[in-house]
Amino acid sequence: MSPRLNIKIGRLELKNPVMVASGTFGYGEEFKGLLDLKKLGAIVTKTITLNPRQGNPAPRTCETPAGMLNSIGLENPGLEKFITEKLPVLNKTGVPVIVSIASEGGREEFVELAAGLDRLKEVAAVELNISCPNIIHGNKARAKLIAQDAQATYETVKAVRKVTRKTLITKLSPNVTDISEIALAAERGGSDALSLINTLVGMSIDVKTRKPKIAVATGGLSGPAVRPIAVRMVWEVYKQVKIPIIGMGGIMDTASALEFILAGASAISVGTANFVNPKAAIEIIAGIKEYLIKNKISDIRRLIGSLKI
Amino acid sequence: MKILQCKAKIVSSRRIQGDYYKIVLASPEIAAGALPGQFISVKIDGDYQPLLRRPFSIHRANKRELEILYAVVGEGTRLLSQKKPGKHLDVIGPLGNGFDYERPLDVARGRRSTPRRCSGQANDGRLILVAGGMGVAPLLFLAEQLVCRPSSVVRKNILVLLGAKNKKEVLCVKEFKKLGCEVKISTDNGSMGFKGKVTDLLKILLTTNDPSTWFDFAHHGSLGAGERPLDVTRGRRTTIYACGPRPMLRAISHISLKYNIPAQISLEEHMSCAIGACMGCVVGTLQGFKRVCKEGPVFAADEIIFW
Repeated sequence: MSPRLNIKIGRLELKNPVMVASGTFGYGEEFKGLLDLKKLGAIVTKTITLNPRQGNPAPRTCETPAGMLNSIGLENPGLEKFITEKLPVLNKTGVPVIVSIASEGGREEFVELAAGLDRLKEVAAVELNISCPNIIHGNKARAKLIAQDAQATYETVKAVRKVTRKTLITKLSPNVTDISEIALAAERGGSDALSLINTLVGMSIDVKTRKPKIAVATGGLSGPAVRPIAVRMVWEVYKQVKIPIIGMGGIMDTASALEFILAGASAISVGTANFVNPKAAIEIIAGIKEYLIKNKISDIRRLIGSLKI
Repeated sequence: MKILQCKAKIVSSRRIQGDYYKIVLASPEIAAGALPGQFISVKIDGDYQPLLRRPFSIHRANKRELEILYAVVGEGTRLLSQKKPGKHLDVIGPLGNGFDYERPLDVARGRRSTPRRCSGQANDGRLILVAGGMGVAPLLFLAEQLVCRPSSVVRKNILVLLGAKNKKEVLCVKEFKKLGCEVKISTDNGSMGFKGKVTDLLKILLTTNDPSTWFDFAHHGSLGAGERPLDVTRGRRTTIYACGPRPMLRAISHISLKYNIPAQISLEEHMSCAIGACMGCVVGTLQGFKRVCKEGPVFAADEIIFW
């Protein structure tokens, strides 16, 4: 018998636990024809802000050992254009659409965005990107991200919770001393689930030109290089919170996806791997199914957090 | 244009000179739809080092095969140069928007897409292909397609300027000559052809009064004997196609503006996804940031903001 792959995140029912991570899948249209989009558990959009954003100057990405740095700076068309131009295309796939949102200013923008999305039936869930490391730079370098402050995380989640009935996912930053503390704050604020991790702030220098390889000097590190950190953080947070965790960070194949599930993730997101192999997420869905059959596990939920320790 | 991911068999792989290599890939699905100026992205090895795919201009394509001309510049290209025929590479393509030119009808019929701007401007006009170093890669494919246009009355209508650091790095001279193109060479150190930048050579050719330094338009009646080959007004019917390093393309953009000659330039950029998803490979244009991999790699010279 075919094992059960479907899971529930908040009020959101997913036919399988494999999603594509925000910022690595555009708004879906670029991948059309390269994979069977319909098979995905969910699509998390590139983060949108209330107003259009031009993003950071180039170069915006560079390759690093077993990973890459990016500092796109949340380039996006803004809420209005997203709703009229991007959402209808995404919706045609029939896959639940999780809209990633970020604020250029304070908490109010998160509230306005969430309220604006709440009335749309095409939106399955909202992911609060309170952890993008690439919109603070230059002379504001010492400014904190919301996800680096437990109280700010709590207040933001709470304020958004008030205006939306959609499943609310909060995306956490690994650039903190204790991620569990932030995770608990998000849970307390009313988040239905947690996404972890966002990228790790990193830097790479071209020794020939003595310039940073990323125009704004620092960027977010992703790819297999960050996976052990991500798995550890999922495991730490899993022990502390009751809400489901969506694990991500360098998932390239079935084995790496399973690491996260064993550590406590209810679902996983494929990110950088989409750039390397657009079919990665689809291959992982098949791979997880195969693993469950081979190990005679009838339900994916029995695997979550089943780490032997 | 349908973008495909395929396992392409390596038909041949060889060093041609210095650090330059050619690899031929059997990929009928991608080759059949490829247009000059488009590129493919290749996963060179299955492991994490290097992690990302590498973009390569299509140097040549027929119905079954793609040819890539590349220089070994880093780890990815070094590993590629060691690949043996018979092995397979994971290839995505054809990617991006290529050069705009009037395409032969028979070619157009076999393909679903049409060029972005089918202006017909290039029809009987003079075409100048300017290559800087490795930038020659997409221009041979373009020249091959240009010479088989029904309207290309005289093949000498195409002038190819090849710029390189020194004579050891001058590529594809024979291939362009075989097509019937007029070829002029410049090298930075003067070891072959004109000494200086290829864009300086272009400027001289555009401003000279001596038709012998220019190719012969009198043959097909465009110009009378002794007539100045190009000036600002006549220049309108000329199109420049260029590919090379950024400073060279900046110079091309200035020339395009100064002499009022439309120019199409192919940009090179590091890419992470090469399909328009990551927003990494952007370039500043008059209409804001555009993705080199998706809106490009070929742009009109006057839309790019160089700094």
